[in-house]
Amino acid sequence: MEAVALLQSAFDALLGLALLWLAWRALASPDLFKAIVLFITFGLLMVLAWVRLDAPDVALAEAAIGTGLTGALLLAALTRLNSKSDTKPAHEKEQRTETHN
Amino acid sequence: MKKSNEPKPITENDSRQAQFRLLLAVPLSALAVGLAYAVLSLPSQAPGLSDHVAAKLETSGVSNPVTAVLLNFRGYDTLLELGVLLLALLGVWSLGAAPERREPPPGLVLELLSRLLVPLLILVAGYLLWVGAHAPGGAFQAGSVLATAGVLLLLAGWRLDSRFSGLPLRLALVAGLGMFLLVAVVLMLVGGRLLEYPPSFAGALILLIEAAATLSIAAALAALFLGGRPERGPQQ
Amino acid sequence: MSPALLYALVGVGLFTLGLHALIVQAHLLRKILALNVMASGVFLVLVALAARTQGAPDPVAHAMVITGIVVAVSATALALALMLRVRAATGRAELTEEPLE
Repeated sequence: MEAVALLQSAFDALLGLALLWLAWRALASPDLFKAIVLFITFGLLMVLAWVRLDAPDVALAEAAIGTGLTGALLLAALTRLNSKSDTKPAHEKEQRTETHN
Repeated sequence: MKKSNEPKPITENDSRQAQFRLLLAVPLSALAVGLAYAVLSLPSQAPGLSDHVAAKLETSGVSNPVTAVLLNFRGYDTLLELGVLLLALLGVWSLGAAPERREPPPGLVLELLSRLLVPLLILVAGYLLWVGAHAPGGAFQAGSVLATAGVLLLLAGWRLDSRFSGLPLRLALVAGLGMFLLVAVVLMLVGGRLLEYPPSFAGALILLIEAAATLSIAAALAALFLGGRPERGPQQ
Repeated sequence: MSPALLYALVGVGLFTLGLHALIVQAHLLRKILALNVMASGVFLVLVALAARTQGAPDPVAHAMVITGIVVAVSATALALALMLRVRAATGRAELTEEPLE
């Protein structure tokens, strides 16, 4: 009984640290594609946090909307941002993306 | 536009920026400490509104408390939220037409997976809509899973046929908000107050509103992914 | 401390991280990422404080957060469309101090 509680607290602490670390890496990454992918991963860990907080409805909504749709929107915008980059001045070619599909 | 193409030396601008970031850390740390103190000084046990909701749950027509709150007790917030979704779509549509498709035809993996996943996603969305009355689920979850199916189709190169991208698409988009308003107006005419469901058929009303809202949320989110006005048919 | 309070502190940390990135980063896409991280932080605080009950958590806070997630994705979509328009009009997707010509 005591061990389970300890394990749960350890899991919560690890999840919290991972959330903060992922958010920092996503916001500080120089490559925009990597930043968006890290943000999607951050969203998936948020789903775990919602489950730990007894919020399954919020977890379902976050998994579909916050992770899937926001990630798709961001990646589509990044592709459109880079596809017009022939007319852009050469000074900010900081992101390299691979447009598959 | 004047631009410097050679790498800039460490200018006074850069050192000013570094100073600014250092200076910014002080008020932000103070803010974080203040918020943490505010959070920690809250009582560690607080029932909030869960007792009130549990007391009235039978009269709401569903047994999932979150669905009851979303669609019945705080239904007005949900009505306005559907309006917000439409407003965002209106903003995106007013900014320009959908970017033309210059993508190559989808690869084998995407095509196969989308054929497998889209029917499954539609099924899951229907299940989530139905089960939201007594288990975690509901209109928003179902609508967003359906929107994901739409996004998958859009990625695979499918576009709405031009016969449907005019009035039928717009009808699907306003169906949720429209159904909500219709129920509200009819209830007010019949004698109740705004969005006061009679407990005997509150469950049916909630399911009706949720079904229309699922369709609208899915259409709006998928249209937001497209990023612009779809091209209309020749004659609308 | 209880898991609820731990997640609330993580939410405060996410909010502050996002605010810092919002102020410091010039690129519009990064600002949008920062806003989403801030929103996630606020939602985490709300749901964590709602989990302080003895039995079932507070469903009103869950409903508010689900509403907030949908509003956040709508705002993100509109902000991304605006960013693409800024890019089309001025040639770059950043806010800078230099005068634009």
